[in-house]
Amino acid sequence: MAKKDFEMTWRDIVTGSVVTEPGNASEYKTGDWRSQMPVWDKEKCVKCGRCYSFCPEPCIVQDEEGYYAADLYYCKGCGICAHECPKQAITIVQEEH
Amino acid sequence: MSKRVGTEASFAIADAVQLADVDVVAAYPITPQTHIVERISELVADGDLDAEFICVESEHSAMSACLGSSAAGARTYTATAGQGLELMHEVLYIASSCRLPIVMNVSNRALSGPLNVWGDHSDVMATRDCGWIQYFTENAQEVFDLTLCAFKIAEDPNVLFPVMVHMDGFNVSHVVEALEILEPDDLKGFIPPLNYPHPLDPNRPVSMGCFGPPVIYTECRKAQEEALRPTKQTIIKVWKEFGEKFGRHYNPVETYRTEDADTILLCMGSFSETATGAIDALRDKGVKAGLIRLRLWRPFPFEELRSALSSVKNLIVFDRALSYGGPGGPVCSEIRSALYGARQRPAIVNFVGGLGGRDVTPQQFEQMFTRAQEIIANNLDIEYEMIGVRE
Repeated sequence: MAKKDFEMTWRDIVTGSVVTEPGNASEYKTGDWRSQMPVWDKEKCVKCGRCYSFCPEPCIVQDEEGYYAADLYYCKGCGICAHECPKQAITIVQEEH
Repeated sequence: MSKRVGTEASFAIADAVQLADVDVVAAYPITPQTHIVERISELVADGDLDAEFICVESEHSAMSACLGSSAAGARTYTATAGQGLELMHEVLYIASSCRLPIVMNVSNRALSGPLNVWGDHSDVMATRDCGWIQYFTENAQEVFDLTLCAFKIAEDPNVLFPVMVHMDGFNVSHVVEALEILEPDDLKGFIPPLNYPHPLDPNRPVSMGCFGPPVIYTECRKAQEEALRPTKQTIIKVWKEFGEKFGRHYNPVETYRTEDADTILLCMGSFSETATGAIDALRDKGVKAGLIRLRLWRPFPFEELRSALSSVKNLIVFDRALSYGGPGGPVCSEIRSALYGARQRPAIVNFVGGLGGRDVTPQQFEQMFTRAQEIIANNLDIEYEMIGVRE
């Protein structure tokens, strides 16, 4: 997208509000919705991947060591990962802005 | 060569759709539109029209199927009436916001309840703000001509909006009239091939009907409005070209004996023809009466209307719909609004009648002139009066 959505004027809207770059939903920063964020405790985490499977966004990624973390550009802070974690390794903490 | 035939207006529309060589028709039969789609389905079944006829389970589905087909770049047509138009309601907005050049005939019908299949303009007025180009026709010839024009207008690269062509249910739709039906050779080149700019195409993928959060919705709405308003110029251009080619001329605001008129009656649809008789009778009696038939409804022809009414003293607006608990007839409400800022504006009187198929005679149109004089002379504070009702 040449211009970000907040930069576009009505003159920039393509006929019929058609989006000519398919898959551009990935640019949509759903992380803006978040007031709380998940934090992983590596001492408790067994790398089972349930958080990864259940994330509705899906924005949880695995690092080189096999631990998981949320991509905060997309994470909405819904807390499903913490709810599903069998080891209570994820806590949802209030974010400071 | 064109041929002069006697046929039902609904069948003439089917002929126009065949001449426009549509690709897809998705429609659900509903009185008084049924004869249009029956005839089109026959044309398709008999191999006389090479189109896909999609039998849908409702008008909501009819318009939804039209969205898909038009988005794929196919010339797409449907028709409906009354309750059917209302069942389509939410989908109509998608067609206009996606700028899909769908053409639809509406056999104007009253809305329930009580259940009524006969003509008035309740259905049109409920869809006033759906973003479509909308215009009115008065007889079989007009609806044939202006259905053909609708394809050319809708698909013009400067337009790309869906077009609704209105005719009164039964008063026009079911009447057999003499009219001139054009032949394919007459029309050669009149409606160029459709070239929708962003069709659904796996080789050139696009996303249509996306969601528009607060950060972009207002810009999308303004873009749509700014695109719709200037379509009036293309509509006028197409009607002019049609007039030059085929000798029948159409204008956003049609006038009849208005030059020196001090009182003008404004109508929409087929009742304008009845009113013409009343104007002649009034003129014979020495009354300086004139008639305006408002043909183009959206985009609203502000300039043409103001210019046609620039020197008239009194204006009578006849509505075939009612805005319950509101200012009376929806057409008059718009006319009042359009003229409010005019330096010199006429006294305006609103009558509502012809509801649910109730006839309005030339004598009743004449009586409107007398009653309007009383209301204006006595400065009566009346939003509107209903005519032809048993008190």
